[in-house]
Amino acid sequence: MNNDATTDERGPYLLRLEHVSKRFGGVQALDDISFNIRPGEVLCLAGENGCGKSTLIKTISGVHRPEPGAVMEWEGQDMTGLDPARARAMGIQVIWQDLALFPEMSVAENIAFERNLGARPRVVDAAAMRREAGAILERLGVSIPLDAPVRSLSIANRQLVAIARALVADARLVFMDEPTASLSQKETDALIAIVRRLSEQNIAVVFVSHRLAEVLEISSRVTVLRDGRYVGTYSTEGMTQARLTELMTGSSFDYAARPERTDRPAPILSVKNLTREGEYRDVSFDIAPGEVVGLTGRLGSGRTELALSLFGMTRPDAGEIIWQGRPLRLQSNRDAIRAGIAYVSEDRLSLGLVQPQSIADNTVVTVLDRLLGPGKLLSPKKKKRLVDDWIDRLRVKIGAAGDPVSTLSGGNQQRIVLAKWLATEPKLLILDSPTVGVDVGARAGIFAIVDQLAKDGLAILLISDEAPEVYFNADRILHMRDGRLIEEFIPARTTLDHVEEAIHA
Amino acid sequence: MPRFLSSIGATERWLILVIACICIGLSLATDTFFTLVNAFDLLNSSAVNVIFAAGLLVVLVAGGIDISFAVGASVVQYLAVIALMKLGGGNWAIGLILAAFFGFCLGAVNATLIYHFRIISIVVTIATFNLFFGLLMFFTGGVSIYLLPDWMTRRVILFEHETPAGWAEITLPVLVMAVVVLATWFLMRKLSLGRQIFAMGDNVEGARRLGINIGAMHYLAYGWLGACAGIAGLMQAHYAQEVVPNALYGRELEVLAAVVLGGARLGGGRGTLLGAILGLALVAITQNGLNLLGVSPYAFRMIVGFIILVAISMSGETLGFLTERMRRSRRADDVASGGAE
Amino acid sequence: MKQILAQLLSGKPGPGAASVPAARENLALVAVLFGLVVLFSAISDRFLTGATFASIAYQLPELGLLTLAMLIPILSGGLNLAVTFSANISGLVLAWVLMWGGGADAGLTALIPAIILALVSGAVIGWVLGAVVAYTGAHPILASLAMMIFLRGLGEFLTRGGSVSGFPPEVTWLGQGNVMGIPVPLVIFALCVGIWALILTRTRLGFAIYQLGSNLEATRYSGINTRWALTMVYVLSGIMCAVAGIVMASRFNSVRVGHGEAYLLITVLACFLGRVDPFGGFGRVAPVILALVILQVIGSGLNLLGTNQHLATALWGGILISVMVMRFIWGRVAGRMR
Repeated sequence: MNNDATTDERGPYLLRLEHVSKRFGGVQALDDISFNIRPGEVLCLAGENGCGKSTLIKTISGVHRPEPGAVMEWEGQDMTGLDPARARAMGIQVIWQDLALFPEMSVAENIAFERNLGARPRVVDAAAMRREAGAILERLGVSIPLDAPVRSLSIANRQLVAIARALVADARLVFMDEPTASLSQKETDALIAIVRRLSEQNIAVVFVSHRLAEVLEISSRVTVLRDGRYVGTYSTEGMTQARLTELMTGSSFDYAARPERTDRPAPILSVKNLTREGEYRDVSFDIAPGEVVGLTGRLGSGRTELALSLFGMTRPDAGEIIWQGRPLRLQSNRDAIRAGIAYVSEDRLSLGLVQPQSIADNTVVTVLDRLLGPGKLLSPKKKKRLVDDWIDRLRVKIGAAGDPVSTLSGGNQQRIVLAKWLATEPKLLILDSPTVGVDVGARAGIFAIVDQLAKDGLAILLISDEAPEVYFNADRILHMRDGRLIEEFIPARTTLDHVEEAIHA
Repeated sequence: MPRFLSSIGATERWLILVIACICIGLSLATDTFFTLVNAFDLLNSSAVNVIFAAGLLVVLVAGGIDISFAVGASVVQYLAVIALMKLGGGNWAIGLILAAFFGFCLGAVNATLIYHFRIISIVVTIATFNLFFGLLMFFTGGVSIYLLPDWMTRRVILFEHETPAGWAEITLPVLVMAVVVLATWFLMRKLSLGRQIFAMGDNVEGARRLGINIGAMHYLAYGWLGACAGIAGLMQAHYAQEVVPNALYGRELEVLAAVVLGGARLGGGRGTLLGAILGLALVAITQNGLNLLGVSPYAFRMIVGFIILVAISMSGETLGFLTERMRRSRRADDVASGGAE
Repeated sequence: MKQILAQLLSGKPGPGAASVPAARENLALVAVLFGLVVLFSAISDRFLTGATFASIAYQLPELGLLTLAMLIPILSGGLNLAVTFSANISGLVLAWVLMWGGGADAGLTALIPAIILALVSGAVIGWVLGAVVAYTGAHPILASLAMMIFLRGLGEFLTRGGSVSGFPPEVTWLGQGNVMGIPVPLVIFALCVGIWALILTRTRLGFAIYQLGSNLEATRYSGINTRWALTMVYVLSGIMCAVAGIVMASRFNSVRVGHGEAYLLITVLACFLGRVDPFGGFGRVAPVILALVILQVIGSGLNLLGTNQHLATALWGGILISVMVMRFIWGRVAGRMR
């Protein structure tokens, strides 16, 4: 079912790219990419992390120059030698994943900031800015207070402000880089409605997302990249999530769900009616040694917030945590670590590792007490032994232990994170989105470690918004929505499609 | 009027409240505080600091810091006076233009080091502080200039009114202060360039992606402060009727502290002129009041330092943290009682 | 202690040493030092004399102690602008306790409590500053600036701008005496350097300081009590200021608020010349000490050449700028070569 749609004749292209390549030093980031889009079309750009999506966006918006030999046409006119200012003038707008808004400024000023740009001093017309911003928001069919500072808005509203800002400059082609990553289901639905409206206004939208259900719902065609190479462009008509996954990863998922456990050991952790206002509510579940419990739900469903409370970073307002049969009150994460709870953060870059510091230091930071030698001083010998041991055990590929941890690949960094937490000899390991920014190939390695840990008797709480990840790696799946646990699945008794449908319903 | 009030931020409102309380207290405690003469004296003597503060605010909003501006102003005093003498005397217009120009150049030195060599602003300005001051003291030999052009030492009284306590006068520095404050307000609130400075201080990466010229904004911000400092230096020379090389030494900390008191944030993006002026007013009125109450001038710095230490501890983050805690504990009670029903 | 010093000087690959091997980095500083000595002895025949080295040996410690007090806050990603006035206040505490104990006739019974109270005062100042930084999220530059203004005011208020003097001979010995030919201040300084190196390389606190200097939140997530560690950064800094204050008081046999104010710049300069990262997280004691010696040699050389004191101030500023510019260019070149 290769319904390649690059050649059909439904009208002229707004943008057409052929043979676009880009190298950074020795790395081939883009290799002979083709890409095209018509006015008013909604197209999805799909691919795993590091497949070249953002490089492609940066090339089209003039940030990067492609290698010679590329064909880039805008309404049939050659557009090579593009720079960011010209791209904006042509109507190419990018809504970056981090939005790039100005938090202290008002909504109106953020939206209409285009007026303030340029080196020539001009008097700011606040009234005109308000008018413009108001008109755009009206066109989007949303109401956000124009004078509120952006920092006071919810993530969803900030997203809308960023979209509004892109539209102010008479956009004709809008890139949205993972716009739904931090939105709830309701907010995502609203965003999809807005994308449809833009399409009706003849604005082309390129939607970048790794949520396959969304991809299929919103777009008419999908362009798939893998490892910097062009895989193909396909009509979403008749496309399934499984097929799309296969195209993106290059390998079909032939894993089987884990067999259902028959034994029921006494739980190591029981959560009873745990509530934290505005984050999660009335959550109860338990987890036993040797068990992998998947916790899924969209961002904002409260899954990370729940994990942070189990790790002692925040305090629940009500309910209790029973740990090894006794109530556990956590004043800080140090209490949690002492009790035997470890937490691998979803944000490896800024919370999981101290990036500029060495691999060795990052490995031992959690277990300094165990490095003490005579006179309560840290022993370099003990440190070296511990570091070597863990690097060997988890088969981390490193140059020297003194190198900054930031020099490692995503997969090897994640192994160091695992090492630093396993070194604390935890009884419960909470893994929050452990494969974010990890190559497809390296993911299997991470899950092999997880599986082995569970066999060794560790209780594992695996948090992920990717249904296949929890489906294939967990014994049970807890589904969270709007701060509540709403249902539980046993993978062995259900299908992946059923779980996906439930999550994205 | 209500719209005007609602546009005043929380820090500014707090300052107004505190200043009002201090004023009422001082009016009751002394019979000299609440007089036109005292009020105008305060205004005349604070004008120089307000001009400094207006400039410094621009740099703080842009996300930087500068502690070299006060000694920079001393350098400008010398350069301007020497240049004026060479020009054969000059007048106010030439003097102000020269002072602003020399000041801008000194600010541009800071901007160059900060932007092109990516050195953090505090380190650059600690260095230029010593460089400017050392060179000034070396070349002047610490000698003051008493022989200034006539027009510079002649007091310019813009408004006077006789009261039982003596003549109440408003002098030239107050007018210059008003012009500089208005110009800075116009730059930061009304001009596209000022909004770009705000944007840069708020989110550098975002500003860069929008195509804002980050380098130009550095030169504008530090140059603006330099020009303000130059003008303030000229006003100080006029006010003191002499040019003393170390007269402004240490002034930078006073001004910086007051501006920060007024809500400007280290790290950029936030800060209002009103807040900066109120911060200065609080410090100036406190000093004035302590003086009138007969408190030792030595106690003054200690009290100001203490006020600032308390004020930054009570900054938005702390207050936010405390209110969040209170809110949580109240909600937790609600949840608990709700659960019991 | 010997082992640690040997380890420091041998250039154990510490954090941040990935680009420049530590030994080579120290070697570069030694080369600069050697070049300066040759230069000054060529210019002035009075440079390579015992008198010069004696004056360096007595002057280096007070500057060095203040630099140590500045080093740890910079490593933690902050700055302590209050070091000099903090030292002054501790010096005042020492002086008052001695005055109360009999002034120039005060014996050891007054001296020991005086030193202890001076150290405690430094620790208390540091604790207040550290608590403000760690618990309220105030910017260290602002917090230490406010603390500096407060301490200066406090000192001026208490001394009315004058000085306190007249100490017993034991105190004078601390500042001007020698042990087996080695000046006492130098001995104190060497001891403090050893302790600092030990804390930074071999204790949990030191480990935490480097980590939180690079990324406070990630360090907190790793189970380190970052608030406590950050508070301790300034407590340690305050104690070291107190040691500097005691040495300064005993060397001049008097305490005046504002004394040593000009050292602030040189302490920052020594840290950056010693390759400490201005954003925190990287830097070691040994190169900073080498940088200090270089600066002290420059200072003595200029002094000997009869350079104007203000020109020297300007020069310090100029050197700081040159060092930072050179670091920037070096970073560029190294980045391109990689």
